[in-house]
Amino acid sequence: MDRRLPISRRNLLLGAAALGVPAALVGCGSDDTPAPAGGRSAGNLGTVTIGSNASDEIPKKSLETQVKAFTQATVKINTVDHNTFQENINRYLRGTPEDVFTWFAGYRMQFFAAQGLATDVSDVWREIGGDYTQAFKDQSTGTDGKQYFVPATYYPWAVFYRKSVWQEKGYQPPATLDEFTALAGKMKADGLIPIAFADKDGWPAMGTFDILNMRINGYDFHVSLMAGKESWTDPKVKQVFDTWRGLMEYHQPAALGRTWQEAGQSLAQKKTGMYLLGMFVAQQFPEADRADLDFFTFPEINPAYGTDSIDAPIDGYMISAKARNVDGAKALLKHLAQASSQNIATKLDPGTLAASSKADTSGYSALQKRGAELVSKATHIAQFLDRDTRPDFASTVMIPSLQSFVSKPGEIDSLLASIEKQKANIFR
Amino acid sequence: MAVKTRRYSARDVTILVIGLGMAIVVNVGLIWGPTLASVGLSATGWNGIGPIEWVGGQNYHDLAAEYPPFWSAVRNNLLWLGFLGLIATPFGLFCAVLLDRRLRLSRVYQSALYMPVVLSLAVVGFIAQLVYSSDYGVLNAVTGLTVDWLGDSSINIWVVMVAAGWRHVGYVMVIYLAGLKAVDPALKEAAAIDGADERQAFFRVVFPTLRPVNVIVLVITVIEALRAFDIVYAINKGRNGLELLSVLVTENIVGEASRIGFGSAIAVILLVISLGFIVTYLSQMFREER
Repeated sequence: MDRRLPISRRNLLLGAAALGVPAALVGCGSDDTPAPAGGRSAGNLGTVTIGSNASDEIPKKSLETQVKAFTQATVKINTVDHNTFQENINRYLRGTPEDVFTWFAGYRMQFFAAQGLATDVSDVWREIGGDYTQAFKDQSTGTDGKQYFVPATYYPWAVFYRKSVWQEKGYQPPATLDEFTALAGKMKADGLIPIAFADKDGWPAMGTFDILNMRINGYDFHVSLMAGKESWTDPKVKQVFDTWRGLMEYHQPAALGRTWQEAGQSLAQKKTGMYLLGMFVAQQFPEADRADLDFFTFPEINPAYGTDSIDAPIDGYMISAKARNVDGAKALLKHLAQASSQNIATKLDPGTLAASSKADTSGYSALQKRGAELVSKATHIAQFLDRDTRPDFASTVMIPSLQSFVSKPGEIDSLLASIEKQKANIFR
Repeated sequence: MAVKTRRYSARDVTILVIGLGMAIVVNVGLIWGPTLASVGLSATGWNGIGPIEWVGGQNYHDLAAEYPPFWSAVRNNLLWLGFLGLIATPFGLFCAVLLDRRLRLSRVYQSALYMPVVLSLAVVGFIAQLVYSSDYGVLNAVTGLTVDWLGDSSINIWVVMVAAGWRHVGYVMVIYLAGLKAVDPALKEAAAIDGADERQAFFRVVFPTLRPVNVIVLVITVIEALRAFDIVYAINKGRNGLELLSVLVTENIVGEASRIGFGSAIAVILLVISLGFIVTYLSQMFREER
C-alpha cells in the first residue's frame, strides 16, 4: 500500500474484506448455481448498480459470478446488448446511468472523462495500484492525470496460425518484414492463401493499420496520430499504406464481403496460413483444435522500434459522474480489481487475460499463457484504433477510408488527403 | 338574422379548440418541431454533450466537398428509386397482368411472388447474404464463380437492389391484381370488338382505367426507395458501396460521440428530396379534386 496516504480505518476494513472474502469464496469455485443478483441481504454500503455491456453468455456469466463474491453491498446488474450499450453511451451517461458501468481503457475512456461524465477513482488506484503495471495505469489515466478506469481483462492482437499446418510445411515464425513476405510467398506457392483477411465489419482492417503504423513509426506516433495531432498526409503515414499495399497480394481476396468469423473459419479449415487478429479468434476453433492454435507477434519493420508495441485492448469498469452510491461503487471497483475476481473471468472466458499482475496464471490455457508472455514483453500497449481516437472519427472517417483502401490499394494519396480534410472537420 | 350570425355555441367552440388544439399540438410536437429542430441543428456543430456551437453552412460544405460517402449515398438513393420505379414496379405490373389472365397454377405463382412481402427487408438482407456471400453463398457455389458480390463496391448495390426488388415486385403485383379485378370486363370486350389486339387493349383501355392504382403504386415506390435502410444495414451497416442517406444519418447521429449537427445536415437533404416528391404528389391530388 502507498505510504503517502493516510488510510482510513473504513478503507482498511474494506480492503481486507475485498481481499479476504472473495478469496475464500473462490476456494469453493465449483459452485456454479448463480445466486440472483441482489438476492442477498444488503451489505453496509447499500445497493450498487452496474450498467453492463456483457450481453454475451460467457461474459455475462463471468460478471455475475464475480459480483456474487462481493458482500459489502447489494449489487444490481443491468445488462444491455453490447452494441446498443456502446452506441448509446453518450445519452446513457447524461441520463440516469448506473453507478458503475463497463467500458474500455485509453482515449475512449479519456474522451468521456474529459467531458465530466466519469468519477475520479484515483483513491481506488492508491489501493489497487500495486496490482497493475505502469502500462495499465497509464491506460486508466485521464488527460488531467487522474484515474477514471479500473482494468479487468484484455486480449492481445497477434498473427495466429495452426501449429500442425506449419509443422507439416516447415514454416518458421518470421522475425522481420522480409522474412514475413518470403514466408507469405512460400505459402502462396504451397497453395495456401497466406494471410486471412476480412473487413466487412469495418474494424478488423484497423488492426492491420495499427500494427504496421506502430512497427514503422512507433507507439508515440500512433498516439499522436490518433489524437489528431499529426497530419495524415505525412510521408510516415504514406509509408504505412505503401507497406500494406505491398502485402496486399498475400491477403485473402474479397475481404470486404467477409466477416472476421468467416476469415477465422478459413484459418481453422487450413485454407489460410495465418491471421492477424485479437486472441478471440480462438472462438472460431472447435474445442479440440484450440491446442493447435499458436501465434507470433507481428515482425519487426523499423529496427528503431522493433516489436515493442502491440494492440491489446483493455476492458474494465468506470464510475459514472452521476453515481448515487459512490462509496459502494468504489468498493465494488476494488473488488473487481482483485486477482480473485479476474481469475474467475479468465477461467470462464479463454479469449481474455487478467489485467492484474497478481492474477493466478496457473489455470491459463497454453494460448493464454503465450498471450500473457507477449504482453509482458511489450513496452507499449495500444488500445486499437477505434479506442485510441475520437469515436466519431473512427466510425465515420476511418472505417470507410480503410475499406476504400482495401478495395483500391492504388489510390493512397487522394485517400490520405481526404482523411486529413475530414479529420480537420472533426478535431475542430 | 342576428341569431344566424352566431353559428357555434360555446360548447362547440370548446370542442373545436380542444379537437383542433390536440391535432395541432401533436402535429407541431411530433412532426414540425423535430423537422425544424433538425434544420436548426444542421447549422451547428454539436456532439450531443458540450455546448451547441453555430457553424452556419459549414456542415453542408463539408458534406458536399469532403465527405466521400455522401455522394455515393445520393447516387445509391437515386439508383434505388430508378431501379424500383423503372424495373421492379413495371415487372410487378407485368406479373399481375399475366396472373390476371388465369394461367394454370396462377394461384401458386401468385403465392410464390407474394411470399417475400411478408418478410422484413432486414430478413431479406440476411437471406441475400446466404445467396451472395463469396465464401459460402449459394450463387457462387452453384455457378462456380468467385465473384465478391457483397464486398465489391461496384456491384454490391445492384445485387442488393435485386434482393429488395424481389420483395417489391410481389407487393406491387398484389395491388395491381386488385386493380385489374376491378376493371369492367365489358371494356375489354368492347375493345376486342373494335378490333384492338391484346396489347392495344391493355395500353389504351385497361391501363388508363388503372390510374388511381398507378398513383398509389408510384407513392409506395417512392416511399420504399427513400426509406430503404434495413437491408443494407443488415448486410454491412450500409458501408462500402451500399451507402444510403438514411444510413449516413444514423451513422453520424446514433453513436458513441454523435456528430449531431453533421448528421442533421444529411437528414435535411433527405427531407428536401422527399419534399420534392410530396409536393408534386399533393399538388397533383389537389388539382384533381378541383
